[in-house]
Amino acid sequence: MAGSNPNAKPMNLTLKVWRQPNRQAQGKIVEYQVKDISPDMSFLEMLDVLNEDLLHAGQDPVAFDHDCREGICGSCDLFINGRSHGPEKGTTTCQLHMRKFSDGDTITIEPWRANAFPVNKDLSVDRSAFDRIIQAGGYVSVNTGGAPDGNEIPVPKEIADRAFEAATCIGCGACVAACKNASAMLFVSAKVSQLALLPQGQVERKTRVENMVAQMDKEGFGACTNIGSCAAECPVGISLENIAILNREFLAAKAASNNLA
Amino acid sequence: MSWITKTFTSSIGRKIIMSLTGLFLCTFLVVHLIGNLQLFKHDGGAAFNTYSHFMGTNPIIRTIEWGLVLGFGFHIYEALMLTRRNKAARGSQGYVSNHSEQNSEWTSRNMGILGTIILIFLLVHLYNFFWRARFAGDLPRMGGADPLTRDYDNLYLAVVSSFHIWWYVLLYVAAQISLGYHLWHGFRSGFQTLGLNHRKYTPIIKYVGYAFAVVVSAGFASMPLYFFLFTNADGELAANAPALLQSVAAAF
Repeated sequence: MAGSNPNAKPMNLTLKVWRQPNRQAQGKIVEYQVKDISPDMSFLEMLDVLNEDLLHAGQDPVAFDHDCREGICGSCDLFINGRSHGPEKGTTTCQLHMRKFSDGDTITIEPWRANAFPVNKDLSVDRSAFDRIIQAGGYVSVNTGGAPDGNEIPVPKEIADRAFEAATCIGCGACVAACKNASAMLFVSAKVSQLALLPQGQVERKTRVENMVAQMDKEGFGACTNIGSCAAECPVGISLENIAILNREFLAAKAASNNLA
Repeated sequence: MSWITKTFTSSIGRKIIMSLTGLFLCTFLVVHLIGNLQLFKHDGGAAFNTYSHFMGTNPIIRTIEWGLVLGFGFHIYEALMLTRRNKAARGSQGYVSNHSEQNSEWTSRNMGILGTIILIFLLVHLYNFFWRARFAGDLPRMGGADPLTRDYDNLYLAVVSSFHIWWYVLLYVAAQISLGYHLWHGFRSGFQTLGLNHRKYTPIIKYVGYAFAVVVSAGFASMPLYFFLFTNADGELAANAPALLQSVAAAF
């Protein structure tokens, strides 16, 4: 294999995996052995090996969420050894490689836990609550016309960079999973900050934050207590500063918006 | 629901009340600590009793006191409301393996437990000093030659005798350690919740908060420890107290 380490020895691992047949059923941890895992495999490829073994043995494979496997889409969502996306900082599960583990390790794999994120099956969770929060205001619906000439609307580089940093949120939900309060405020704050910083976001600025926070509360997410687990576990490094921005955007909107409801 | 109730019952609204009351209570701690430092004055309690008499009778102080009651009340009420919301949000099925110690500080995750210890302390503390001074009226009088202060409650003596009971000293010190950890997180957290986060000021707020937590909790804890370890039942420095304390006492 090109690029692989010829000296890397294959690993044998014990997996403790959360198995749950459907939303209503009680789940439990089931132990599996996987053999000859290449250290160059990603965590999800290791799970593919487990599922092949299960299929060959005539058993139900483990359901887990994944899509691009490039660290971009935010679909993968495993709670590995007590951490969102596993022990490595700034990494999604699909970009976590087995070389971060050692031969003979026992790895505990659980789904995201939060009342607003029900488990569909095994490790797959329903994160549509995030979609509904975005639908409540995380967009620009005013007509901003055709593409303007470059630099016609001056946006300082520093502001553009900060908006872009907030926009890197992939909506994976690691913040909610890691938070003691299952709070979605890091996610919501990233979306609110991104749009509040840019000219296109100004028209709906106040209504947006009011509606998104209302939807966040309605979905049953907790309230931030500034613990900081979310930012520590975020695979793209969304900072806590965004939550401060969310708080003042919310307060300013409540004080000055025209919405009486 | 009007926009006002909606604002203050939302998750962020409750957090904002939490932070405003918390920071207000921090200012109370400063006043309380500075006032209590008079316990160390080596005058048989005259300065402390005059101060406590003033605090108990001055109409302005008595009015502000209601603000303090509301501050504590809302801080505790919002803590209960937020904890209930957050517990429900976390859901009934917990993690089998959760290493939150690798991504956050213990004190940040345990504000409720720390606050509960402080609340238990507060109730005992209020009963023993505030209730007895204000309502029970069973404290000894100061006495002495001065006709102005003769009839003042001798709260100093009540403090000194309480601080010679070992379990009472233990409760005080444990509560002050809890308060220290509570402030360690709470001080900077209050600013963050109000949206006051800036790359210039946030590091300063953080370290000022740490210093505040240590100074306030150590300051309060030093009082029971001082009287328990180094004084007799009248608050007189014991003959076998360290030489440094002897010379400080002589100076004041």
